[in-house]
Amino acid sequence: MPITLILTAVVLLFAAVAAMSLRNLVHCALMLAISFSGIAAIYLQLNAEFVGFTEILVYVGAVAILIVMAILLTRSGEAPDRSVLTSGWAAGVAVTAMVFVILGWAILNSTGLPPTVTPAPSATVKNIGDVLMTTYVLPLEIIALMLTAAMIGAVIIAFREEEPKEKTKMEDGRWKVEQPSTLSTPASSLQPPASTGEKA
Amino acid sequence: MFDKLDQIFVTALHWLVGFLPEAWRPAASSLICIAFILMVFPALFSIVTIFERKGIGRIQNRYGPNRVGIPFTKIRLAGFGQFLPDGLKMLTKEDIVPRNADHIVHFLAPVVLLIPVLLTYAVLPFGKNMTLADYDAGLLFFLAVGGAVEVSVFMAGWSSRNKYSLLGAMRAIAQMLSYEIPLILSAVTVVMMVGSLNLSKIVEDQNQYTFGLAHWHVFTPWGLAGFLLFFVASLAESNRTPFDLPEAESEIIAGYFTEYSGFKFALFFLGEYLGMFAITGLGITLFLGGWTAPLACLQWIPSYVWFLSKILAIVFVFIWIRATLPRLRMDQLMNFAWKFMLPLALINIVVAGIWHYMALLPGWERWLVCSAILAGAYVMFGLGLMHRQKLGTRVYKFAE
Repeated sequence: MPITLILTAVVLLFAAVAAMSLRNLVHCALMLAISFSGIAAIYLQLNAEFVGFTEILVYVGAVAILIVMAILLTRSGEAPDRSVLTSGWAAGVAVTAMVFVILGWAILNSTGLPPTVTPAPSATVKNIGDVLMTTYVLPLEIIALMLTAAMIGAVIIAFREEEPKEKTKMEDGRWKVEQPSTLSTPASSLQPPASTGEKA
Repeated sequence: MFDKLDQIFVTALHWLVGFLPEAWRPAASSLICIAFILMVFPALFSIVTIFERKGIGRIQNRYGPNRVGIPFTKIRLAGFGQFLPDGLKMLTKEDIVPRNADHIVHFLAPVVLLIPVLLTYAVLPFGKNMTLADYDAGLLFFLAVGGAVEVSVFMAGWSSRNKYSLLGAMRAIAQMLSYEIPLILSAVTVVMMVGSLNLSKIVEDQNQYTFGLAHWHVFTPWGLAGFLLFFVASLAESNRTPFDLPEAESEIIAGYFTEYSGFKFALFFLGEYLGMFAITGLGITLFLGGWTAPLACLQWIPSYVWFLSKILAIVFVFIWIRATLPRLRMDQLMNFAWKFMLPLALINIVVAGIWHYMALLPGWERWLVCSAILAGAYVMFGLGLMHRQKLGTRVYKFAE
């Protein structure tokens, strides 16, 4: 195993464990960003340039920021006093280890997989672009349409509804409050507008 | 003779590495290249700070730094020695960390800022055969790594436990995310026309001459529009005036690095300028022909000289803009990015497609059609953005 892979893996695993076990959520998110960059480094070592760069662009540049913003907007930012581990953590670790052993055993002993190592396919950016624009053009377009729909939905949620506002106007050196003129009930349109500013 | 001068750094590198055993050569050559970047661009930074201070001083009708020269002599160098005492001052200043700050994150933020900024230099072609890491997807690498700057800005703003810092970081992140989209979309046109994400190939594509004039992308309608969009977006990405809201002195002290002093502040300063040079270099590579000469008769000038002088020219325009324009407001900034630059960048992509397919027709029709579409879109979006702004003669109102 090359030394670069071992180094990357150590950093990646350390960051991933820290992302789960630190108390301060912002620290966890930053550790998650480190583990994302570790994953990108492993992709790059496997000669998967496009996936590696996209991992950095999307996950480190956007998803990490999104997580951090979500934490800031929802929590007070203070770290909780109690431990991050619940009481049953030992049982959880035991179950996870058992699942890992069983899955590993099953994969290593399975006859379904061909034992020969296939040569690594060349996946340059040009190949990926060609395939995306020919074979997989329909899924690509569907994904684009769904993303556009999601974006329009987000804009509609964020859109501020126009409300009739009280306008303030300067008159004779005093601030005067004008009532909104867009009241829809006919009764109010018949009556003279309540003039609080003139009395003052 | 001129070819040898052009390749002098490449041959020097090969000559130096030739002394080492075969196995060490790749590592040694990378190390020398890294040292080269670490020497040249911080040196450029220190000189540009002086140019900026003197230039702004000149524009604002004052002197700027004009005292520091060589110590113990009468030589004053017109103040161009100022960066040395400035650097010494930064190094020796007290490093103040707020008591409630998150110490580890506060310490790491300037370091994390410098890493992606320095990484972006790996893919820039500084001259002929002078790209350090000639990735197949170099442009993607640049944009991806450059996007990681936002994490460090957030780290700095959040860890200081200061409302001005956090406000500055929020502004910076919102601004960088918004302007990254027109930046990338304007670069997409070049990728479409060249058919490669490799920056060296993009430069090679512009290294052709008709009637002695270079085929720079900026000399086409889509290229001009793309360059202008890229230029404005890169101003915003490097937090320069008129987009310097993240560090607006009059509102939020210094933004996300309010609580930084001493050398940590210097690192932020350095990171910001290095980021500016890098994104300028990318703009030059994409639209202004990279290291190629504008006229065929000027090709004897070495390629790295062209690249550096183009960087300095663009940085000069940045300084000029800083001395001229006032700061935007936050809503104006966002409106400009989302309602003007983004649609214009999308239309520019369509125009690039039209340009490509109208190349089959001989003559000047494609120039007319593409320019007309872009000019029309510019006017329409401009009018749309000005609508309901009620801009007119300014009326001054005073309290009695």
